[in-house]
Amino acid sequence: MTEIFGVPIQAFMGQLTIGLVNGAFYAMLSLGLAVIFGMLNIVNFAHGALYMVGAMVSWMLLKYAGINYWFALILAPIVVGLLGAIIERTMLRWLYQLDHLYGLLLTFGLALIIEGLFREAYGSSGAPYDAPDIFRGVFDLGFMFLPKYRAWVVLASAVVCLATWFVIEKTRLGAYLRAGTENPKLVQAFGINVPLLVTLTYAFGVGLAGLAGVLAAPIYQVSALMGSNIIIVVFAVVVIGGMGSIMGSILTGLALGIIEGLTKVFYPEASSTVVFIIMAIVLLIRPAGLFGREK
Amino acid sequence: MNKTTILYLVLFIAALAAPFIGYPIFLMTCLCFALFACAFNLLIGFTGLLSFGHAMFFGFAAYVCAHAAKVWGWTPELAILFGTGCTAVIGFFVGWLAVRRQGIYFAMVTLALSQMVFFFCVQAPFTYAEDGIQSIPRGKFLGLLDLANDTVMYFFVLAIFIAGFWLIHRIIHSPFGQVLKSIRENEPRALSLGYDVDRYKLMAFVLSAALAGLAGATKSLALGIATLTDVGWQMSGEVVLMTLLGGMGTILGPVVGASAIITMQNYLSGLGSWVTVIMGATFVVCVLLFRRGIVGEIEHRLGKSASK
Repeated sequence: MTEIFGVPIQAFMGQLTIGLVNGAFYAMLSLGLAVIFGMLNIVNFAHGALYMVGAMVSWMLLKYAGINYWFALILAPIVVGLLGAIIERTMLRWLYQLDHLYGLLLTFGLALIIEGLFREAYGSSGAPYDAPDIFRGVFDLGFMFLPKYRAWVVLASAVVCLATWFVIEKTRLGAYLRAGTENPKLVQAFGINVPLLVTLTYAFGVGLAGLAGVLAAPIYQVSALMGSNIIIVVFAVVVIGGMGSIMGSILTGLALGIIEGLTKVFYPEASSTVVFIIMAIVLLIRPAGLFGREK
Repeated sequence: MNKTTILYLVLFIAALAAPFIGYPIFLMTCLCFALFACAFNLLIGFTGLLSFGHAMFFGFAAYVCAHAAKVWGWTPELAILFGTGCTAVIGFFVGWLAVRRQGIYFAMVTLALSQMVFFFCVQAPFTYAEDGIQSIPRGKFLGLLDLANDTVMYFFVLAIFIAGFWLIHRIIHSPFGQVLKSIRENEPRALSLGYDVDRYKLMAFVLSAALAGLAGATKSLALGIATLTDVGWQMSGEVVLMTLLGGMGTILGPVVGASAIITMQNYLSGLGSWVTVIMGATFVVCVLLFRRGIVGEIEHRLGKSASK
């Protein structure tokens, strides 16, 4: 059998794929966090919980209404986005004048509420969610087998991330958004509805989390706790990348997923902590993060 | 005697009488969490640093103290001191990394590092992972006073609490504490006045970590268990809530907040996940409508009527 660095190539590539898939989720979630932070100056602690809601909604759609994966892919992010819009309009709106810490505390409280409600309703053990038949099986690449669904997740999230980057950096709407981040008062004076823009930004950011949740549903067990496990890693990713740059958060997310996957091959004991260790090292060398700017 | 002294005297007498009226185990839990919240408040309320990972000190000290008392057979005071010392060392390294970032980044860094400690505790053999360390012996204080009796243990815990509370009180009212407050109010100005802000923050962080460790170590002896719950991020959130509910930046606030949350958990423990929902809702209400907290609100009202 072919080996790479003393590890069978099958195992190596397998973990690399898993890492890439995790990285795709980290990228989508940290992208959403970065977009929200840029506009609202709020670190959205509820991001993990809303990712879980995305997965849960698609599972409920299938179970109670028989609506399949493809519609869930569109419906669940919309549901999560609407939930986000309500949260922004009714609660977050009152905190913009205050210390940023209150935003973190409020969204932490929301995360507890959402998670508690789902745990009360469905318990904390997971439920399986099957991917559509078209994703059954694997691609045989000669040196490895690539499960079709994992390939789809990586592809889909790459498209979504790049589209988001394109909209924010290259279009007129994105220009308003970036201008609103720099100086909301001035942009408002030009006749642009900034409060609406803020609501849409938050809804879009959490919608991305919801979409990531739908994509994740067939891979992981759909459970009330799936969000809290991932959010802390994503926070570390955000600290490593710095929230200043859209592309930066995408690349950091992907890279850390891959590093985590490879650590599972070479030193499994450290696989759950490697991201945090990298965070500590980055803090020592570049406190502002790899793509961040000192403010 | 001024009003504050009278208030403290009344509270002290109440604390002495409490174990004969209430349930000592419950009271000890309250005291330990109150000390934990006071230690946390030293950072958020008086230095303006939100640590979202204080459970790593509380929980890790509980493990270390439990191990020292159970496996090595140390006396309780040595075990507690050892747990406190260990967390002071961890606090130094965590603080050294975390003070490089401000505001919400500080919160995220401490959260991530505490998760690292959590995973360490999951994997390390001496913590017994999911089971935790159970039936920890309380031992004899200084080899003389048997702590197995709940009432005796209560007074031991009360003594530790008062010592910790007094220390925090001293820190806040010292020149050092004044510098911390100036950092909270206006960091650039404190810096421009020539204070080494990062060093002050680090010292405050280590003190807070050590005191949180003291609370955790005492808790593990009082209740006889040290588990992963103590070191998880939910616990970090809980201590934030206790302080927020009681009143950030007030001296008695964390004590009130901790007692309120522990009482709530005690009475509602049969409701399962609803406890989490209620705690989340308390967070939301506190942040939106009640940012001064219970004690902060009372002080504000009293201050208003006094100035009239």
